[in-house]
Amino acid sequence: MTLHIDIPEETFSSILAKAFRNTAFVTGFVITLLILAMAVVSYIWTPYDVTKLVISDKTQGPSLAHWFGTDHFGRDILSMIMVGARNSIAVALVAVGIGMGIGVPLGAFAAARGGLVDEALMRINDLVFAFPALLSAIMITAIFGPGAVNAIIAIGIFNIPVFARVARAGALAIWPREFILAARAAGKSSTQISIEHVLPNIATLLLVQGTIQFALGILAEAGLSYLGLGAQPPMPSWGRMLFDAQTRMVVAPWMAIFPGMAIVITVLGLNLLGDGIADILDPKSRRQR
Amino acid sequence: MTTYLLKRLAISLATLVLASIVVFAVLEILPGDPARLMLGMNASADQVELLRNQMGLNAPLALRYLHWASGLLSLDFGRSYTYSVPVIDLVRERLAVSLPLALIALALSTIIAIPVGLFSASRRGRAGDTISMGAAQLGVAVPNFWFALMLIYIFAVWLRLVPAGGFPGWSAGVWPALKSLLLPAIALALPQAAILARVTRSALIEVLNDDYIRTARAKGLPYRAVLWRHALRNAMIPVLTILGLQFAFLLAGTIIIENVFYLPGLGRLVFQAITQRDLIVVESVVMLLVAAVIAVNLIVDLSYAVVDPRLRSRQ
Amino acid sequence: MSLLEIENLSLTIGETQILKDMELSVAPGEVMGLVGESGSGKSMTALTVMQLLPYAARATGRVSFDGIDILAASEDQMCALRGDDIGMVFQEPMTALNPVKTIGEQVAEGIRWHTKTTRAAAEERARKMLDRVGLPEAKFPLSRYPHELSGGQRQRVVIAIACALKPKLLIADEPTTALDVVLQAQILDLLLDLVAESRMGLLLISHDLAVVTEMADRITILRRGEVMEAGDTARTLSEQLHPYTRQLAQASMHVPARARPHDTSQGKPLLQVEGVTRDYPGRRASLFRRAPTIRAVDDVSLSMAPGQSVALVGRSGCGKSTLARMILALDKPSAGTIRFRGETVTGKGEAELKPARRDMQVVFQDPYGSFDPRQKVEKLVAEPLHVLDKKPTRAERREMVAHALHEVGLDQRDMDKYPHEFSGGQRQRLSIARAIITRPKLVVADEPVSALDVSIRAQILDLFAELNQKLGIAYLFITHDLTVARAITDEVLVMHDGKIVERGKTNEVLDHPQSEAARALVTAAPDLHRAIAKRMQEQG
Repeated sequence: MTLHIDIPEETFSSILAKAFRNTAFVTGFVITLLILAMAVVSYIWTPYDVTKLVISDKTQGPSLAHWFGTDHFGRDILSMIMVGARNSIAVALVAVGIGMGIGVPLGAFAAARGGLVDEALMRINDLVFAFPALLSAIMITAIFGPGAVNAIIAIGIFNIPVFARVARAGALAIWPREFILAARAAGKSSTQISIEHVLPNIATLLLVQGTIQFALGILAEAGLSYLGLGAQPPMPSWGRMLFDAQTRMVVAPWMAIFPGMAIVITVLGLNLLGDGIADILDPKSRRQR
Repeated sequence: MTTYLLKRLAISLATLVLASIVVFAVLEILPGDPARLMLGMNASADQVELLRNQMGLNAPLALRYLHWASGLLSLDFGRSYTYSVPVIDLVRERLAVSLPLALIALALSTIIAIPVGLFSASRRGRAGDTISMGAAQLGVAVPNFWFALMLIYIFAVWLRLVPAGGFPGWSAGVWPALKSLLLPAIALALPQAAILARVTRSALIEVLNDDYIRTARAKGLPYRAVLWRHALRNAMIPVLTILGLQFAFLLAGTIIIENVFYLPGLGRLVFQAITQRDLIVVESVVMLLVAAVIAVNLIVDLSYAVVDPRLRSRQ
Repeated sequence: MSLLEIENLSLTIGETQILKDMELSVAPGEVMGLVGESGSGKSMTALTVMQLLPYAARATGRVSFDGIDILAASEDQMCALRGDDIGMVFQEPMTALNPVKTIGEQVAEGIRWHTKTTRAAAEERARKMLDRVGLPEAKFPLSRYPHELSGGQRQRVVIAIACALKPKLLIADEPTTALDVVLQAQILDLLLDLVAESRMGLLLISHDLAVVTEMADRITILRRGEVMEAGDTARTLSEQLHPYTRQLAQASMHVPARARPHDTSQGKPLLQVEGVTRDYPGRRASLFRRAPTIRAVDDVSLSMAPGQSVALVGRSGCGKSTLARMILALDKPSAGTIRFRGETVTGKGEAELKPARRDMQVVFQDPYGSFDPRQKVEKLVAEPLHVLDKKPTRAERREMVAHALHEVGLDQRDMDKYPHEFSGGQRQRLSIARAIITRPKLVVADEPVSALDVSIRAQILDLFAELNQKLGIAYLFITHDLTVARAITDEVLVMHDGKIVERGKTNEVLDHPQSEAARALVTAAPDLHRAIAKRMQEQG
């Protein structure tokens, strides 16, 4: 079928306009912004001081004074969630940075070189994939001791093969295109072509994967700190709050409900943001509408 | 076909060997002397040295690796420092909890996800699709251990239908044992089902845009028949990939979930062994889990060949 | 009475009007040719008849098939018609078959669905049908999978599916566009035979006026969703009453005005290819046997003089593109040497190749795929400047790009746009601008006009001819289209199975082909002049 649907002219402002018509994007964007704002605000102000224990206020249900109630040390849950956001976001964001920073060049390199180099890099990838990520994260934090930095490294390492795989697959789809051949005919080296032509064309893919890994990073960090391997007290973290809540479920269910909701909403926001970006920028989904 | 099989098999074996080297090496650099740990702080240096010799800890690294690896192959994993029993007995006992748990979760996730994905894809853009994909979007965002806590709160604390945790053992009867695995399995399965349903739907929708779907429609097959006969099988490959990845995820997920429900499974065993520095147990269980993941990936690779005839004739 | 009757059909998809007051009819046993350039709405007409339109499409007017009102028919009614009374053949044989089902299953499926017969009986009929379309049991058992067949063979399977139940109407949407000329002739013959055998009506959709003229009894010419002219094929094309018909016919036969070719008898050759061979590792049959090698290019020698325009023609898969890549030093020969301006280019590193690359540029077939969508025209057109020893400043670069754009008939303001803002023809102009910016001595053009509509194709051929005269650039045209070779080249090389089997002056070779491969190409190639003459003769 000779059905050429011309892709409408796309400028920054037209993409922006399209973005704000996309419900998933707008919802995700607003949620992510709110969570980020919450984390930033917590540096200057929280409703209560989270390091101060007020035993007289312990395990109080939600009220006007404490919107989300208090924990077994009388700390305000809302304030703890705000401070915990900082930790979650920092860990997940840096882990994504590690994964992208190392994984993308590796994947792009494997695709550009092909042959044995590609095969070897992909086999190493398989090897890392063979270790269930959380198990390895537990091992790493167990070896080097618990703490936010080790959690970052643990999650970051397992982001590397994910980004390497996505970058390689994306790059492999770009390499046979004629414009790459044209660039080769112009005498450009494979490194130059990777930087000038391949990476800009897989940027969308990487951005979407970035939001997904960010969301997974938040979940993984929560899991690690639930097991006591993440940020250490007195620094509040969402996973640790859930651990503390577990034995007090009967008397203080709010201690479990609100931190959990914080995780769900953050992850949901990031996933919606990723879906939205994919929807807006991916020419494939554009053709489907 | 045979070339493909042999190649995949060779890759899997190589990965397994490399993985064992990595596990061995990582645990070698773990701080703390196992002999000193076992004997306690009051032991004399001579006693420690004696035990080190007994445990073969003074042998060269390569030799120790070979000794350990050949032990693994004959299912001789050594003795646990903390439990003072052969590791294989521990593993056998714990596997009786973890394996059923992972399998039930995997089955549950598949049974829920594939029909939902099919349903959603066949009603793309309509209310049913929007609702189920909204639910899936939410499901993906829920951490399984928090979901587990909520399940405990509702079904164990509130409705008192199932125990809140613990495991009576299979000797207490199949039903009580299964009952105590039910909530953990649901907690593990639902977030995975959400992911799988989304993948199934998008794989189907992608396939439904292919040219051969139009050919099938031009034959006079109604939309639903096209979906079942032509789209589903072609959409299986990404679904199988995700299923393979999920198995690894579920195995790791058991570590947290078994902790939430106080289940005496492999995950809890390895977690406790790490905190107690019980190296032999850690090595063995990690190797076992890694081997399981590699085996599942091999099965996934082979099932690609069953689904896709193009792979059968490629090398 | 007509089998298919379309009256006042208007179609919109979303906000866009695709068809406007479209009229068309097909009688039993008649071949109706529907011709138009891309975007004219011809495919959408077919999909309207099948009721397989995209979601947002709205059709008004009347479409009646065999007394049934198609636009008012329910989905169940349409399912009963599709595949049973109306069959359809699509353009892309490589993707039109389900990769995970055998060809037997796919042909038998429609038979079983409509006739409710047993599997065995349906397979029996499928077998007969595959025999009929030229896929005999010995080589093509029902258990074959699509990936084991070539493009032409797959198209035969698609035709078998469409004709399995002897439909009253067959719709063929560009059935041969993706195939080379020899396969095209075979498939068109097959379609004509099938139509004659069971008095099917055939709605043949094509962009190629020559193909339709050879095939169709009557013709409908469509432009931007409106019928320009319709009627008896011979009369419509001989009289060419409508200006658009005339324009189309002239564009199809267009030969650019060129002064006599440069005198090329003396002087040093620009390009010398000597004994070049390229082997690829083949598929291994088993783990223990060595893979056989596939010889894509087999001991090819040729030479080109400065300013000369040479065509390299051949069927798809004959090795012509591989040869082109080796000449461009994008692929390494397994044996032989390639000399450019007297210097060997084979076996040299990228740095040593720079001077050669400056004088050797390339134009690709696909105007959509040959530009990085994320870069602006200025950067894209300037890309070959990379090989200059002295890097131009930004101002110099813009100056050079502006000049190149001017030479290919584009505005210099275009350099700040992205490639998707241009039409297919304009993009091919950009490709050419990119190729000439370094003032090369040789341009290798791989099917440079085959993705373009005829009117645009004529303009691009003119541009090539003009640049050849003005700048003295030598061309190596890789093409399967003999009209292009005839229009623009002095010499032709015919390639078959990796070897050059015939060479000589373009007109001589094309008028009196000696080798079997060249003869096959020439007889199969559709030719509008010849087709009209034949039609006129048939009607006396």
